Amino acid sequence: MSSATATIEEFVNKEYQYGFVTDVETDMIPPGLNEDVVRLISAKKKEPAFLLEWRLKAYRHWLTLTEPTWQQAHYPPIDYQAAIYYAAPKPKKTLGSLDEVDPEILKTFDKLGISLNEQKRLSGVAMDAVVDSVSVATTFSTELAKHGVIFCSFSEAVHKHPDLIEKYLGSVVPYTDNFFAALNSAVFSDGSFCYIPKGVRCPMELSTYFRINSANTGQFERTLIVAEEGAYVSYLEGCTAPMRDENQLHAAVVEIVALGRKSEVKYSTVQNWYPGDKNGKGGIYNFVTKRGKCLGESSKISWTQVETGSAITWKYPSVLLLGDNSIGEFYSVALTNNLQQADTGTKMVHVGKNTRSTIISKGISAGRGQNSYRGLVKIAKQATGARNFSQCDSLLVGDRCGAHTFPYIEVKNTSSQVEHEASTSKIGEDQIFYCNQRGISTQDAVSMIVNGFCKEVFRELPMEFAVEAQKLLGVSLEGSVG
Amino acid sequence: MKQPLLEIKDLRAGVEDKAILKGINLTILPGEVHAVMGPNGSGKSTLASILAGREGYEITSGTVQFLGQDLLAMAPEERARAGVFLAFQYPVEIPGVNSTYFLKAALNEVRKHRGLPELDAIDFLQLVKEKMRLLELKEDLLKRPVNEGFSGGEKKRNEIFQMAVLEPALAILDETDSGLDIDALKIVAEGVNKLKRPDTGQLVITHYQRLLDYIIPDYVHVLHNGRIVRTGGKELALELEEKGYDWLIHPAAAAGV
Repeated sequence: MSSATATIEEFVNKEYQYGFVTDVETDMIPPGLNEDVVRLISAKKKEPAFLLEWRLKAYRHWLTLTEPTWQQAHYPPIDYQAAIYYAAPKPKKTLGSLDEVDPEILKTFDKLGISLNEQKRLSGVAMDAVVDSVSVATTFSTELAKHGVIFCSFSEAVHKHPDLIEKYLGSVVPYTDNFFAALNSAVFSDGSFCYIPKGVRCPMELSTYFRINSANTGQFERTLIVAEEGAYVSYLEGCTAPMRDENQLHAAVVEIVALGRKSEVKYSTVQNWYPGDKNGKGGIYNFVTKRGKCLGESSKISWTQVETGSAITWKYPSVLLLGDNSIGEFYSVALTNNLQQADTGTKMVHVGKNTRSTIISKGISAGRGQNSYRGLVKIAKQATGARNFSQCDSLLVGDRCGAHTFPYIEVKNTSSQVEHEASTSKIGEDQIFYCNQRGISTQDAVSMIVNGFCKEVFRELPMEFAVEAQKLLGVSLEGSVG
Repeated sequence: MKQPLLEIKDLRAGVEDKAILKGINLTILPGEVHAVMGPNGSGKSTLASILAGREGYEITSGTVQFLGQDLLAMAPEERARAGVFLAFQYPVEIPGVNSTYFLKAALNEVRKHRGLPELDAIDFLQLVKEKMRLLELKEDLLKRPVNEGFSGGEKKRNEIFQMAVLEPALAILDETDSGLDIDALKIVAEGVNKLKRPDTGQLVITHYQRLLDYIIPDYVHVLHNGRIVRTGGKELALELEEKGYDWLIHPAAAAGV
């Protein structure tokens, strides 16, 4: 192994800095899953009958399913009876305002670099903070309400806007969709809900920060975003978890409905769940279903994701393009280091006329990481004039990692255009030496080259997230090449 | 006597079991321009690579002092920051990395080493524009990724441009003339000449004499089979141009004619 490689190794082995545990009293139910657990979760959240019914249907359906095994990742079987399906930091009393949030929790978020204190926030980002199974705080709700924007925890939406929940819950990802979506539908505990009324351009970025705190729990949250005609919202999602030796399951569902004409939703994720240690011990299993539906004519849904954490990432943020002239976009950076595995990509399903989609995927494999792009571009018979452009680039750092690409293309309309470009490159010793010869350290050189590789995706991120993502990539790469 | 910029003593090096450099002795004083010439395979580029710290060579004996420091003990980036610059024979492309960003990072590393404050974007741009004129480079080059899609001539000019910005104590030009047409050659040579200062030195490695029409060396060394077989003034280059290398390499055969 060359010394440049050794330095990169060292660089990649930097420790995960969000791995602490917050000591708060937690309301937890015993491990295991059965109908009573589903009922218990629903009862704890005082849910209306329709929701309990829906959960039970999902649970019964889940029982008929078997866990899929087609993904390019290997892990021991998950014991679903060993996990805890509901854990919530115990509130001291009912929360009326942020002042009543447990100071330990506020401290946790401060430590994560996220202030839940509205006054302290300079940037125009409203935040919903979710710890384990429940939302602990939502900022700027009142301010947003002035514009008619609903932004609150999912539980709150269930009580305050049951009609909207009943109408749209499962309308994009039905509980029958897949094994993990069914599981989520049965036991989901909280998440965020967002509704942008007709003609409103949401005045600030909306954001959910997910934090797993308790041990042996699964996190199952749901996010539902609905945009009416001409509405626009940019939504951000971030996540971290403590370092633990056991694997923890995170099976979320995100549904986006671009309902009206010219509605637009931009959804950005910076995923930094605990990836496990350098020997592959511990880490989050991130098995997530994310899908958007462009119903409105000329509506648009754009997914941008930076996936650097998790032991295993398995997700395909997708867009169903139903409205004529609607647009779907997917920009992704997925980095796997050490023993991380990622199988991620998107599905673009063209049904409406003149629908367009763009896919830019950048996979970086370092250490012994395995990175797969898996994507489907489907052009239905009636999708006259549909167009897709896909670009899948892989960057290898070192010689013990792997990059895989599984593009699926199904075209049933002869007037459509589908383009697919792919490349695989390696950070060469020559490139590193060239940088060294100009006074740039190997660590900086790798970081520079990787950031250059991801540029097309980073520029899709909201400004402050882009800076964050670049830093995160640097940290995640530490010790990564081999 | 002035402290030598570079002092190579009995340098022997090779790859695996193959010896390439078999005892090089070379001293460069501040203000001097040295040319190293020689046929293909004589070890010219190996010498440049070893001075810059490229991996893959085994140094079996000898020492290299750079301004009194043990150069061989330094990491490549430390050598660069201390003032050793290599203009590459084949500059590598770094896709996605903006040229301006790259060069600013490089310059600030050098400045940090010299105890100078980092340059901000405005001062940096000022400096860069000035140096670009020197090499007659188009400004759009700075907006492109490092060396990506550059023509052969642009790559070589870009190397000298970087040298102009970084102002190294010792510049090593590894076959900078190869692949350049005569106009580009003149521009590059003029650039190099303008960068000459009483306190810096240049080591110009070349196969052909023509570069030395424009960069006038104080000394010419002929490298053959890992050894310097002849050292002379600039007239030695002309003699080589006329007679080729054979008379030096096989003196007995040449004398017998």
